[in-house]
Order: sequence, then C-alpha cells, then structure tokens
Amino acid sequence: MSEFRNDVSIVLGGAAGQGIQTVEGILTYALKKSGYHIYANKEYMSRVRGGINTTEIRVSSRRVRAFVRRIDIPVPFKQGVLSWVEDRLSDTTVVLGERENVEESFLGKVNLVEVPLTKLALETGSQLYINTTAAGLIVGLFHGDFGAVEEYIRKRFGSKGENVVGKNIEAAKKGYELGVKLCEQGTIKVEVGRDEKVREEILLSGTEAVGIGALAGGMNFLSFYPMSPSTGVSTFAAQKAEEFGIIVEQVEDEISAINMALGAWFAGARAMVSTSGGGFALMSEALSLAGMAENPIVIHLAQRPGPATGLPTRTMQGDLNLVLYAGHGDFPRIILAPGSMEEAFYLTAEAFNLADKYQVPVIILTDQYFVDTYYNLPRPDLDKVKFERYIVEAKPGYRRYELTEDGISPRAVPGYGEEVVIANGNEHDEWGDITEDAELTRKMQEKRAVKKLETIRKNAPLPKLVGEENADYLVVSWGSTLHAVEEALEELGRDDVALLHFSWVYPLNPETKRFFNDKTVIVVENNVTGQFADLLKKELGVEIHHRVLKYDGRPFSVEEVFDALKGVVE
Amino acid sequence: MNLPTGREAFEPRRPGSKDIAWCPGCGNFGIRNILISALAELGLKPSEVAIISGIGQAAKMPHYINANGYHTLHGRAIPIATGVKASNPELTVIAEGGDGDMYAEGGNHLLHAIRRNPDITVLIHDNQVYGLTKGQASPTTMVGMKTPTQPWGVFEEPFNPIALAIAMNASFVARTFMGYFRESVEIIKKAIQHKGLAIVDILHPCVSFNKVNTYAWYREHTYWMDDHDPHDREAAFKRALEEDPLPLGIFYVNEKPTFEESVPAYRVDKRPLWKREPRLDLVGKFFEGKRA
Repeated sequence: MSEFRNDVSIVLGGAAGQGIQTVEGILTYALKKSGYHIYANKEYMSRVRGGINTTEIRVSSRRVRAFVRRIDIPVPFKQGVLSWVEDRLSDTTVVLGERENVEESFLGKVNLVEVPLTKLALETGSQLYINTTAAGLIVGLFHGDFGAVEEYIRKRFGSKGENVVGKNIEAAKKGYELGVKLCEQGTIKVEVGRDEKVREEILLSGTEAVGIGALAGGMNFLSFYPMSPSTGVSTFAAQKAEEFGIIVEQVEDEISAINMALGAWFAGARAMVSTSGGGFALMSEALSLAGMAENPIVIHLAQRPGPATGLPTRTMQGDLNLVLYAGHGDFPRIILAPGSMEEAFYLTAEAFNLADKYQVPVIILTDQYFVDTYYNLPRPDLDKVKFERYIVEAKPGYRRYELTEDGISPRAVPGYGEEVVIANGNEHDEWGDITEDAELTRKMQEKRAVKKLETIRKNAPLPKLVGEENADYLVVSWGSTLHAVEEALEELGRDDVALLHFSWVYPLNPETKRFFNDKTVIVVENNVTGQFADLLKKELGVEIHHRVLKYDGRPFSVEEVFDALKGVVE
Repeated sequence: MNLPTGREAFEPRRPGSKDIAWCPGCGNFGIRNILISALAELGLKPSEVAIISGIGQAAKMPHYINANGYHTLHGRAIPIATGVKASNPELTVIAEGGDGDMYAEGGNHLLHAIRRNPDITVLIHDNQVYGLTKGQASPTTMVGMKTPTQPWGVFEEPFNPIALAIAMNASFVARTFMGYFRESVEIIKKAIQHKGLAIVDILHPCVSFNKVNTYAWYREHTYWMDDHDPHDREAAFKRALEEDPLPLGIFYVNEKPTFEESVPAYRVDKRPLWKREPRLDLVGKFFEGKRA
C-alpha cells in the first residue's frame, strides 16, 4: 500500500494536444472546490503537437505555492513521460496509468497501479473521454466533491450540447468510482486535510494576475506583438477589451507596439505593452525616447531564457540586465518583479500610478514559470488599489519640461486646457523645443538622470524581510523565486536564517543597506551569472557571499533551494 | 490671457520655436505656411491639433507651428500618431516626416497603418534626398543621381508611394508640390477632413543637397489631374504609374471604417481615454468568477 499525507504532487504528462489541459482544468477546479489547497504549473516544449508536456499539481492541506521536484503520482498519457521525469521519481512514487504508456524499462522499477482508462472511456462510448475519466479518477482518490467535477464539465463543454456534457460526466464518474475503489481496497491511501476557507478563495495564474492588475490600474490601451511567454497577458486583455471598453491591438512589430503605447500615454491613456526579451530588445530605441521625452510607459516583460531565441517556452530570470541598461543615454526607470499572485496584482496596478507620477518607463518583470503558475489565494482587496492621476491642465504659459526641485515636471495632455503640449525626443528647453544650449543641456540631464532618479530612489519601498532581523544568514530572492525560497526556509526551520525578498528591484532605496549588516548573504536567482547579486553590490555596496544559481531553463524546486541553503548554513 | 485665433494662433510663440533651423529657401518653409493656413481655415484651435513627427528636417515642424506636438524617433511618427488618435479621437492628428522617415525607416509602419486605417493625416515632405544627414539618397531619389554615398549614381528603383498606397487600398492618397500654395492648402484641408488614413506626398526641393529636383524641375515635371475621378481605383493606379510628368492632386479616396471606429473602446463610452477611471467593479466581478 502506498500512502500520501498532507501534500501530494501529481504530475500529468503527455503530448501537446493530448488534452492534458482538460484534466488539469477539472482537477484544479474540483479539488479547490473540495477545500484542498492547490498549486499548478506546467512545462512545455516549443511545439504545437507532440513532444512531452507536463503539469505539476500539488494538492495540500496547507497553502502551497511552489514547485517541487518530487513526484508522488505521475499519470503518463504516452510512453516517454516517465523517462522525461525519471530523475524526479522515487521509491514511494506510484505511477497511475495504463501499461502501454509505461516504457518497458520502467516496468520492473516503478510502483505501477494499472488503471483501465481506455476501457472505461470506451464503455462510455469513445476513447475521447479518456481525459475526463483520468480527471475523475484523481478526484476520486481524494474523495473530492463530484458535484464540482460536474459543474466544471457543464461550464467547459456546455456549448457542445447536452450529449457531450452527459457523456463526459459519465466518463468522469467511472473514473471517480475507480479512484474511490483504489482507496477502499487499500491500493493507495491519500490523506490530505481540507480547509473550508479554500472553497471561497480564487484560483489565479500569473498571467491573469498581471492582466487583471493592469485593468485595476486603469490600463485602457495595450499594443503587442505575440511572443511566448508574454502573449497570455495580451490575450487576457483582448478577451476583456469589450467588457472593459479598452483598446487592445496586435500590431506589426514590437517597435510599433511600444511607440503606439507611447503615443497613447502622450494623449493621456494608460498604456501597456507585453513582451519577452527578444521583443523588448526591439523596443529599446523607444524606451530611450520615453526616457528623454519623459513619456510614461508600462512594460510587462515575461522572461524566457536567451540569448536570441534561447528556449522559447522555458524560464529564466536572465533579462534583469537588459531592462536595467536598455536604451541609449542616461534616464531613470522603475523595475518591479512580483513574487506572488498578490504582488503581481497590486504591483501591476500600481505600475500605472508610478509611470504617471514619475513619467518614466515602469517595467514589470515576470518569467515563464511565474506566468504559467497558478494557485488558490484569498480574493485581493480592491480597497487597496488606489487610482492616482497626475495629469494637469495646460494653461497659458504651460511648460512641459519645467525645471523643478524633485525633477518632476507637470504633465499635461493635448486637449486638456487651451495651451499646447510639446514633447520631444531631442534635448529640449522647458517648453519642449529643441535646444543645443550647454547650460540647459546640463540642467535637463541632471533633472532626468539625477534629480528624478533620486526622488524615485528615496520613495522606493523597502524589501520584505521574513524572519529575524538579527539572523546570521540572509537569503535574498527576487521575483518568481519567492515561494520556492520561502518553503525551503520553512523546511530548514532555522531562526538564524532570514529571507529578504525584493519585488521592487530598481532603483533601490539606500535604506535597504541596513538589512545586510553583518550577515552572510546568499542570493538565489534563476540565471547563470547572478544579475541581481551584481546589482545589489553595485547599488548598495553589499558583499554577496554565496550565489545559488539555476540556469537550465527550469524553475527552482523547493528541494533544490533547500539543499543549496543547507549546504551553505551547515 | 487671451490666446490668439486664426492663422495667428498657429504661429509659434515659445522662445525656442522662433529660431527656425531650415536652410534659407528650403521647401519646408512653404509647407509650414500651407499647413498653418489649412489648420486655420478649418477653424481648428492649436489645442485641438497634435502634430507627431519623426526625425529629420521635416520632423522639426512641431517646433515651428503652435499646436500640440511630439517630436519622436526616426520612422516612428505613424505608430505614435495612431496611439494618440486612438486615445483621444477628438484631436486632429497629423503625422509628419520626410521621405526617409516615412518610406525607409518607417516603411513597415506605413504599410500597416494603411491596413489599420487610423483617422490621421500623414504628410510626407518628399524632397527625394536625405537633408539632415547631408545628401544621401532616399527611397525616392531618381536613378542616376550621384550623392556622397552613391558616388556611382543611384541604381535602386525609386519608391512609388502613391502606387503602393492605392495598391493597398488606402483610404486617401494625394500628391502635391508645395510650390503651388493654394492647391496644396486645399489638398491638405481635404486630407485632414477625410475620415481615415490620409496620405499626402508633398514634393519640395532641398536647396542644399538636391541639385536635380529644383523648384523649376517640379514645375516642369508635374501637372494637375483635372479629369480624374478619385473613386476609380484602377484609374488612380494608372495615374500613379505615370512618371514624367508626375500627376498632382487627389488620386484615390476610399471611405471605410477607421481604427478608432472599430475598437470596442468607444462603442458605449465616447470620452477620450484620459478622462476614464479603472473599472474596479468589473475587476471585482472577475474575481467573483474565479471563485467558482
């Protein structure tokens, strides 16, 4: 008998186009509705059909938000899946599936619980139902709420007619009954506690958190050119365009995307572009224009490994240096990197206020791992979302680039007030007209690159400290590695190790330095050189003692971070 | 303070806008006068107009006309102007630049703007040479012309913006020579009034770097189309292929839905985007849906 308690990691694997997403959809929906904490993440190959894609679903009695290497129950939908995840299997792993989907070499090695999915599906009427049968089976193992499975099927297949809905429910039921039977006969034992609060929580992905955060921040214009893994945010916005009455336009290239968005901001809209590293590279000319013209812009950059085309569907935190230094000339920018769904929602909304207030590019850095992750969380509090508008009326005598103490000039928009607004990508005077005056050039350079940057810097929020302020070890995470590091630290359970998480990545408030005093600093990041560690050193002059880096295109697992930290502190 | 009206309203008043950096005799002065007259005669106010320019001598226009302006990047005036108009359809938006700006660096944007059809006016100052960078060939330079960077003489076939635009079924296509003041004002007024993307190729001499296409050359090698129906696409295309003399006037007019009319943003709410607030009620509704 195999027992799983409190936290079960299920991995579904199959070819692209085999319907894994249907199973994932039913499972996460029904299990969350049954009161289980859910985490899900997928990894996929850069192809539309075939290959091997997997989805990890953690079902837990407590909140889980990070990727684990461990696989408790793999469900292979084709041969090759087990080989693909071989290094994640252990003696306690139970393979749930059909013999034909298990490679010969694994037959003697793994605990295989054969389940007649094809047979059950055929009994329902067609092999097509195999996915719903499998989903029912897993929900059955948890004695989950079958009503939720039915509900999901009605929602998802409702438009295909009552027959399709009925057949799918029947198929799911057969699977469910088998799952319950496996438990009753003692083949598998699953004990995961339910948490009533979970039922009322929401399931949200990184893509959705950024997308809905943007809408909460007043985004009313989005221009984009599709590029994995950022496209989801644009698709999300396009799907919401009619309801929210916003403009979403797929344009000819990334150059056009960002320029159109700059024009939109110039006219007073709140615009965003969503892209990935390669697309952002094309945008850097316009980024520089935003810097010079003090044109606000919000950019969502979902990182994937580079350089160039890199690994199009995989993950890395490798574009920090790109966004830090992109563009010619000196100008300030703000870089945000959410670590949780909550942060993604609130920070993306806030990005629009920041862009509006400081009139700089605000870049939201996520990555493939983050945008494709989802889990349950309490519904965000909309009272915490503040809409701050900084537009002024252009009255006679208005000067777009008025020299001010804090480096922030009043920004008017065309058509509001009787005076005109002149913006300029050339060096300019206070009115916005071209100048080559040496003194004025010096003042304008200082205004943008020194005064304004300092204003932003001193108002930058501090990173979040988890643990004791006087801990000996300080583990640093930024962006999407938050949860893996958090969970690894919980497991480590040592009072002398604290976590410092940065979701506001640049510029750094000088006060941040105090967190590092007399500590052994360990930076965890998903890239090959430790770009954020270098930034900390450069910005704050802190010494970095250890860099825990991962750069194989995969996210950190809790186990990997745990092992690495254990190695350092013990 | 009472702001001036009429033609006077568009004369620059800011300290830095009085020093005009065009060469004496430059055709851009004429285009500036034409544009000011067109805007004034249409009864527009400077605050209702936004001139978005790229880079080059032509692109300095926002500084020499009193209207909202954004002097942007080489080739990027069209996408920026598209964003401006889409965000505030109440503005009269003009994208302005030279032949290098619109046909070389920004060529791809021009193609797709024709497809997208924003209600903007694209004015191309076409002097068949690069002026600001001192006389290199442009996409419209004639075969055989020798330049510092084509000392053997240009051999690339000149770009035909008129034929291209008609081939792509553009909404409004015209060509004028700035030496004809009144006719040019009328064409630009029609272009601005036209609902949809209006492309006006404005021939003008570069007195410093183009010794071939002079004022006299343009007068001798152009003619006005008096007997042309701009709704006849085939006829327009035929005219567009004529090379010497070059026809002047409105080649093609094709009324079709604009970008701003097609986006859902203005179906219910007509206000420009800057007047709008986040729809937190809908955000809340979204979260409710994620509960189930």
